[in-house]
Amino acid sequence: MKARFTLAGTAAAIAFFAVVPHPSSFAESAGQGGTAARDRWSAEELGVLASMQLGRLPAPPADPSNAVENRPQAVALGKRLFNDAGFSGNNAVSCATCHAPDRQFQDGLAVGRGVGTGSRRTMPIVAADHGPWKFWDGRKDSLWSQALGPLEDAVEHGGNRTRYAHRLRAGYRAEYEALFGPMPDLAGLPQDAGPGGNAAERAAWDAMTPAARSAVSRVFANMGKAIAAYEKTLAYGESRFDQYVRAVLNKDAKAAQILNDREVAGLRVFIGNGQCSTCHNGPLMTDQHFHNTGVPPRNPAQTDQGRAAAIAKVQRDEFNCLGPFSDAKPEQCSELRFMASDDPSMKGAFKTPSLRNVALRAPYMHAGQFASLDEVVAHYVRSPAAATGHSELATDRHQHAERKPIRMSDREAQDLAAFLGSLSGAVVERGKP
Amino acid sequence: MHKKLALTAGLLALTTLAACSTPANLDLSLSHPSAQGRYVVALQPPATAPAINQMHAWQVRLTSPAGTPVNGARFAVDGGMPQHLHGLPTKPQVTRELSDGTYLLEGMKFSMTGWWEIKLAIQAPLGEDSVTFNTVVAEPPAQAKIASSAP
Repeated sequence: MKARFTLAGTAAAIAFFAVVPHPSSFAESAGQGGTAARDRWSAEELGVLASMQLGRLPAPPADPSNAVENRPQAVALGKRLFNDAGFSGNNAVSCATCHAPDRQFQDGLAVGRGVGTGSRRTMPIVAADHGPWKFWDGRKDSLWSQALGPLEDAVEHGGNRTRYAHRLRAGYRAEYEALFGPMPDLAGLPQDAGPGGNAAERAAWDAMTPAARSAVSRVFANMGKAIAAYEKTLAYGESRFDQYVRAVLNKDAKAAQILNDREVAGLRVFIGNGQCSTCHNGPLMTDQHFHNTGVPPRNPAQTDQGRAAAIAKVQRDEFNCLGPFSDAKPEQCSELRFMASDDPSMKGAFKTPSLRNVALRAPYMHAGQFASLDEVVAHYVRSPAAATGHSELATDRHQHAERKPIRMSDREAQDLAAFLGSLSGAVVERGKP
Repeated sequence: MHKKLALTAGLLALTTLAACSTPANLDLSLSHPSAQGRYVVALQPPATAPAINQMHAWQVRLTSPAGTPVNGARFAVDGGMPQHLHGLPTKPQVTRELSDGTYLLEGMKFSMTGWWEIKLAIQAPLGEDSVTFNTVVAEPPAQAKIASSAP
């Protein structure tokens, strides 16, 4: 833990010197005693700012469906599996191919590219353990179950369950058995078989006995649990924004040196007329929920139903919290048991992403529709109608009873984008020596 | 009338802060007669306020207007944030009757601070009725000294 804090502090300090764009803009507020006028906030605003500090982030919730998530051996195994391109159809794609550790665990591409090209943007996996639903549409309910999805996806890893089980047994048997007990005998099982593969792989899977299918699926699930244990160590470090809020709350004149005038102005827009903090709330700047904000589909001919289409998928997923490979008792699966399943506003809705490190994570939206934060802000100011479902954003044409259209000047839009650049910090691996 | 005042207050609040101010005249009492007066419904929140996005349970106490506990009731739960035009992030359910006229409401979660409505549709021997409660979810007050690092 201690190492992590040091890392975070160092990176934040580096970011401060590297990122601040206009040192001259400090001049007007520097040198004053107490807090400068631009750094004075109302009590209500201070409450909002305080609630967004990284220091307010609770410990990640425990996942009762993954019994090994806190085991150091699981973290170590998961990290190796995460980086092993042997777990793919072409021996060239690992989790780290799209979730590149040196690229914020993303790939900088509009849509993911594994053995083929996907239809959505690669998600950041840092701090993903804080929300109950994984992927842009929330079709998975745990980190381990999420990790299994791309492994079997034809355009991501493009592999299959027996292939992965054979590889685990050949390369990781001791590490696996130390965590999960004896590995099943895979002799005689096909090299390539799985319920989600091509026709030949599916036929080979169907020809296996139910006991063999279950044993292989359990190995596959355990592989996901190890990967999840590793992913759970990934967290965001402090940003200049966090340092600024701390200085403001302490009435420390140093606040004037942490964010420049444009960033402070952008923060006022963020929690004020920009209405960003309506959904981007809390220390991770996400409500962990799904919203339709009229983001245009990447391919106009192919609309994406988002969350609405994911409800049934997670309910029937054999790897969900209530399924046979979960370590949880049914009463511990409250997210799944009490999942909102019939909310019409979920049509075309996608998850609110965290805004931590957002300036380092272009392009934006669920299919990389926007190349820059300026384009993202321009989208919200424009508030177009949704291609599918209904946008929650109010417009002059479509007034909502109690939500006002997002209005800001060009200058405010630029300030807002500048502010988003102050949310960058380190990515840290908890417990790493 | 109260509703209209509340709406106006909400609009005014939106002009200043995206995290809406709670309307001034909101009835925050957690014990009400139902809409048609068939029942008195009391909600009991958890003893310790849950964190944002933390799943938790409430209790519902259902009595006749004279105070007699009502057994065997069924409830449909709805709600949301009127100022943000969205529903509850979960689908809470009354899962069982804990004791005479007291029921367990599971699956409650609030995804942000502010004004939330909790609506119960009641089916019980004295007839169908409904009730709406208001609750305001707050952050702990801003503190001057905050630990400098994330957990």
